[in-house]
Amino acid sequence: MAEIAQPLPLGVRARRAATPRSVLTAFRRWPIIPLFVLAVLVFAAVFAPLLAPRDPTMINLRGRTAPPAWDAQWYEDHPNVNFRYPLGADHVGRDVLSRMLHGARVSLMVAMVALVAGTLSGTALGLLAGYYGGLVDELITRAVDVWNALPFLLIAILAAMTLEQSARVVMALLAFAAWSSGVRNVRAEVLGLKTRDYVLQARICGASDARILFRHLLPGVINTVVVIASLRVGGLILAEAGLSFLGAGIPPPAPTWGNMISEGREYLNTAWWIAFFPGLAIFLVVMSFNFVGDWLRDRWDPRLRQV
Amino acid sequence: MKRYLLQRVSFGIMSLFAATIIVFGMSRATGDPLLLYAKPGGYGVSPEQIAALKKKLALDKPLIVQYFIWAGRVMRGDLGNTILAERPVSKVVMERLPNTLVLGLAAWIFATVIGIPLGILSAVKRGTVWDYLGRGIALFGQALPQFWVGIVAILVFAVYFGWLPSGTRGSEKPFFPDQIKHLILPTITLGWTPMAAYLRITRSAMLEVLDTEYVKLARAKGVGGWSVIGKHAFRNALIPPLTVSALILVGFLDGAVLVESVFSWPGVGRLALDAIFNNDFPLLTGVILIFAMFFVVGSLVADFLYVVIDPRIRYVS
Repeated sequence: MAEIAQPLPLGVRARRAATPRSVLTAFRRWPIIPLFVLAVLVFAAVFAPLLAPRDPTMINLRGRTAPPAWDAQWYEDHPNVNFRYPLGADHVGRDVLSRMLHGARVSLMVAMVALVAGTLSGTALGLLAGYYGGLVDELITRAVDVWNALPFLLIAILAAMTLEQSARVVMALLAFAAWSSGVRNVRAEVLGLKTRDYVLQARICGASDARILFRHLLPGVINTVVVIASLRVGGLILAEAGLSFLGAGIPPPAPTWGNMISEGREYLNTAWWIAFFPGLAIFLVVMSFNFVGDWLRDRWDPRLRQV
Repeated sequence: MKRYLLQRVSFGIMSLFAATIIVFGMSRATGDPLLLYAKPGGYGVSPEQIAALKKKLALDKPLIVQYFIWAGRVMRGDLGNTILAERPVSKVVMERLPNTLVLGLAAWIFATVIGIPLGILSAVKRGTVWDYLGRGIALFGQALPQFWVGIVAILVFAVYFGWLPSGTRGSEKPFFPDQIKHLILPTITLGWTPMAAYLRITRSAMLEVLDTEYVKLARAKGVGGWSVIGKHAFRNALIPPLTVSALILVGFLDGAVLVESVFSWPGVGRLALDAIFNNDFPLLTGVILIFAMFFVVGSLVADFLYVVIDPRIRYVS
């Protein structure tokens, strides 16, 4: 007699053994590799002082433009360089790997602070514009249009040069770059939500505008906000790198990926690794953020496909 | 439709107006502009000269009056003189503008000619090699920092292989083979990111359209494969890429600053950078205003095309 499989109790799923195919499906369905890259980034940023083999600002003129460690010949020819630079050294003998690890800190922190500040203000403005409509709406959407019509990079450089060069200013500038992207979508979303019955009922019950905005409308747009924010991180990291590259970012002795590329530019002929590795790091990180953002969007808010 | 267009034009003018306020405000917020010309009590500068200069630049009047004097001059095309070379800003910018336009146009052609067809192809042949190729290119374009692409391109094609020049505009004569050669690397560097944007957007718009009932109906009626794609699907999928064109234009302007810096391209972007590093405010404000103008005009053109392509707008508003 054939054995009849007992139904599993509710809530318990049959556990299937992982086959090569199921592993592949998992990789397709979940952004495993990008999440891994980002985990490495966060780890590197948090523990940079412990992980970095050298002080990122320590100058060692003997080891200037020393190639990456795998160039054994060079290190044999230069016996008085007693440290093997894993990814080479820059033009004053600072360790590229250590600088990159510390640079990850700067990039990540700047991007995150700017993202949070920009997203919060953008969401608030979108909520207000959509909820109140009329003149408020007109003013806010106009402001977004005007802001989008200005060449951000030039204004940012101008501001950085005239105010002061510091991490704070860069964060503020990038927050300005980030705020405008979500306003429109949040506004559109709120326009739809505020006509719903539950909002009307809340109002009948005597809820204040603030309560309706935060308790009833905000939860409805939060998916959109998260998706847009996640799609925006990559751009912010690129913008920060671009500012640093042009010499208007975080001032030099502190390592950032952008100013490493900028410094390495003059040594392309002789020491490609100075500019190459930081660029590669930016690429991997931005790509991972974009992947995760795409994935979130497809899951939570496929309508945003054109953002 | 008339109302729609009028609305768009008036918004454009308002945007420009606001841009002038921001630019003017920034140029004044950063300190006494007089200091850029002469330091009071500085060597060999008499108080009378300072006062005369102040009068000449209208700095003795209230800020609002200063703004209107300045805005009035700007409207007449007079952006003042550059501080460094003492030449009219408009002239200096106009000298450099063609170079940026050539680069921008080349990059835009590169972006559309490759981005849109490849986007269509990767949507139509979803899941095939073409799709992966297209998505791969888009992925790189969105995640690679433009300036780094430029640097690596110089490293590979100029330094290592020696095929292409590493920068500058090339020979003086226009459209000389030498100039074309000089154009290749900056074009690809500047055009890659917008190409990726076009590709992604075309692809997703195409996928959406291919899924609609009317495309299925056309197929069911027996309309041939590429005819459906060309006539029924593509025309409708064209709207999203067009909408983002305005944003892409801004991307070009920002990108021009970086790419021109990498390739020593004598365009407006580099001019702006030089202006910033020389504290040449009149020049910088001129460049920012021209950039903003380009953007506003560009989005207006996109709005007009929008009406041409999407008849629904004609009737709705």
